Amino acid sequence: MTELTLVQAVNDGLKTKMREDETVLVLGEDVGPKGGVFLATEGLTAEFGEERCFDTPLSEDGIIGVGIGLALNGMKPVCEIQFQDFIFPAFDQIVSEAAKFRYRSGGMYTVPMVIRTPYGGGIRGGLYHSQSGEAYFCHTPGLKVVVPSTPADAKGLLISAIEDPDPVLFLEPKALYRSFRQEVPEGIWRVPLSTVREVRPGDDAVVFCYGAMVPVCERAAERIAEARGAAVRVVDLRTLLPLDEEAVIAAARACGRVVVVHEAPRFCGYGAEISALIAEHAIDAMEAPVVRVTGFDTPFPNTLEHYYLPDARRVVDALERVLDYE
Amino acid sequence: MAADGSALLPGRHEPLPPRADWPGLYRAMLTTRLLDDRMLKLQRQGRVAFVGAATGLEAAIHGSAAAFTAEDWVFSALREGGAAVQRGMPLEQYVAHMFGNAEDTAKGRQMPNHFQCREVNFVSWSSVIGTQLPQAVGAALAFARRGEPRVVCAYSGDGATSSNGFHSALNFAGVLRAPVVFVVIDNGWAISVPSSKQTAARSYGAKAAAYGMPGTDVDGNDVLACYRAVKEAADRARAGGGPSLVALRSYRLLGHSSSDDPSRYRDEREVEHWRRRDPLDRFAALLEAEGLLDAAGREAMAAEVRGRITEAVARAEQVGPPPLETLVEDVYAEPPRHLRRQVIEALRVVAEHGEAEAVAGRFPL
Ligand SMILES: Cc1ncc(C[n+]2csc(CCOP(=O)(O)OP(=O)(O)O)c2C)c(N)n1
Ligand SMILES: [Mg+2]
Repeated sequence: MTELTLVQAVNDGLKTKMREDETVLVLGEDVGPKGGVFLATEGLTAEFGEERCFDTPLSEDGIIGVGIGLALNGMKPVCEIQFQDFIFPAFDQIVSEAAKFRYRSGGMYTVPMVIRTPYGGGIRGGLYHSQSGEAYFCHTPGLKVVVPSTPADAKGLLISAIEDPDPVLFLEPKALYRSFRQEVPEGIWRVPLSTVREVRPGDDAVVFCYGAMVPVCERAAERIAEARGAAVRVVDLRTLLPLDEEAVIAAARACGRVVVVHEAPRFCGYGAEISALIAEHAIDAMEAPVVRVTGFDTPFPNTLEHYYLPDARRVVDALERVLDYE
Repeated sequence: MAADGSALLPGRHEPLPPRADWPGLYRAMLTTRLLDDRMLKLQRQGRVAFVGAATGLEAAIHGSAAAFTAEDWVFSALREGGAAVQRGMPLEQYVAHMFGNAEDTAKGRQMPNHFQCREVNFVSWSSVIGTQLPQAVGAALAFARRGEPRVVCAYSGDGATSSNGFHSALNFAGVLRAPVVFVVIDNGWAISVPSSKQTAARSYGAKAAAYGMPGTDVDGNDVLACYRAVKEAADRARAGGGPSLVALRSYRLLGHSSSDDPSRYRDEREVEHWRRRDPLDRFAALLEAEGLLDAAGREAMAAEVRGRITEAVARAEQVGPPPLETLVEDVYAEPPRHLRRQVIEALRVVAEHGEAEAVAGRFPL
């Protein structure tokens, strides 16, 4: 076991898998000698050569389209999109192509590729280096969408994603890249996709969250425990699509009071799906309406970023509302 | 102009800017250099979040920008903010934007170095590389459709030539004969990727041929050569001769931005080579040889510009952040009800739980 940051764990996951499977390739902007702008691919070109980790021209459409071709033809590409905000030039290749190849070919052609990209706020990046676009992709059948929140999960989920037979969008919470270290198993280490992680036990209320919101929700749950002794469960969803629906329903039923938290805008955001799931399958066990804590329904600001992003303050407020509801 | 700034024969290479304008052109270049220096200093002190400096690119930026009229429009990328200043954007506005404060005309929504100035026809840019290029074509087409003798300057970097936007823009401009000049500032790098890895074409100028328009490659550290090539292209566009591509070969002397460490991917000797061809030094030598501006004149000019920057910074530091209510403004012409509710909710949370804490993270590149 070694103590790694989340970004180091991504790097370790890539190296581990590339050592084990020589069909795994990494491509993207600045992933070569620079090692990526966040250093997630540091040392890969040095260890595996330019053939297996290479810089591309500045075109996300090209990166993903070429990645799809590599995947169709026996390779396992891990494409890096430098910021999730810059994935949209490749939206067509992801949504119309990668996600639909298996279906439209009756299973004759498949795209086992991973698209890694940092998402979310917290670095003073303004409109175009801060967005959380998971909802666009969760509305796309054929894709898998994964969001780790700890170093161990980052490595374990990334290796599972690379081994997965379908295209996986791997959203890395850039705010957590270096915020803490954790022991991460050496060598091949897998965390299965489509499983949630209970971060904190409790049955007075449950908070569903993912990515950079997980530590925010943990802090809020601690504050609530101190202030009023309530035990708030925190559940990290980890895989948004396909979601472990049974686990969500069970936790909602066990607690009866639910808060859902994400950075992305509220309207048609991922929280709406969780709320609907609960309305459909757990309404009889609910003791309060579901409350969502989300980004504003606006583009991402710069100077006022910290008011836009959900913080412990806002999650505590929501928890007080569901706990006090009679 | 030769590498040392000498050997220019006025009149031999029309069009050139009037000689009387040359010191002003130098002043524009110097202002950009000094603004970048100051902003980088403020960034190191944690007072400005990010700087994408133009250091080394001043001839390309200001020589090209001088070729357009006040009525023409400019679509810029990251590093051409100095061109807005050259066109008349007040320094106070420039600095307010770098601070993202309440006096920033964009209300602190963008990262620093994303300039706009409606008064001088300098259009807002997103960070998304290449997106401004087809937009520039559309704006140019609007001028043409209305029969106005105005043209559009569309800046991009070498990296941006790989974007979908670049292809669509040149293709549309060629087919529709839009009055636009594509000014590609090839500064050698797109973050860590050398410009030689963006294209297998012989040169950036050579790309124009495939789109049916004239293309040239120019010494981008020779401010008069940049002016000449771009002015020719702008004149042609204005006269109904259609679009052109002008590639200005220069060099990014500093990192991609204030947080990039270029020693990870490039050889310091290459940087040294280009530092010896600093566009400011080259133009200064010419101005001196021509008797237009001597060392004492340059010093006085620098002192004056520094003073004005200091004043603008002092003012920006007095101004607070934009108010919380601005969060929901400008999403639409009028904030819809759900956005008005969201801001009321945010104010309630502040009243009951206190202010939000500033984020801890740093911009990585
Ligand atoms: C679509 C898109 N992809 C990636 C990025 C990240 N990025 C910011 S600047 C840059 C390099 C730009 O290079 P170039 O066009 O040469 O401009 P320069 O920075 O050299 O002025 C990259 C890759 C981006 N902003 N937009
Ligand atoms: Mg460049």
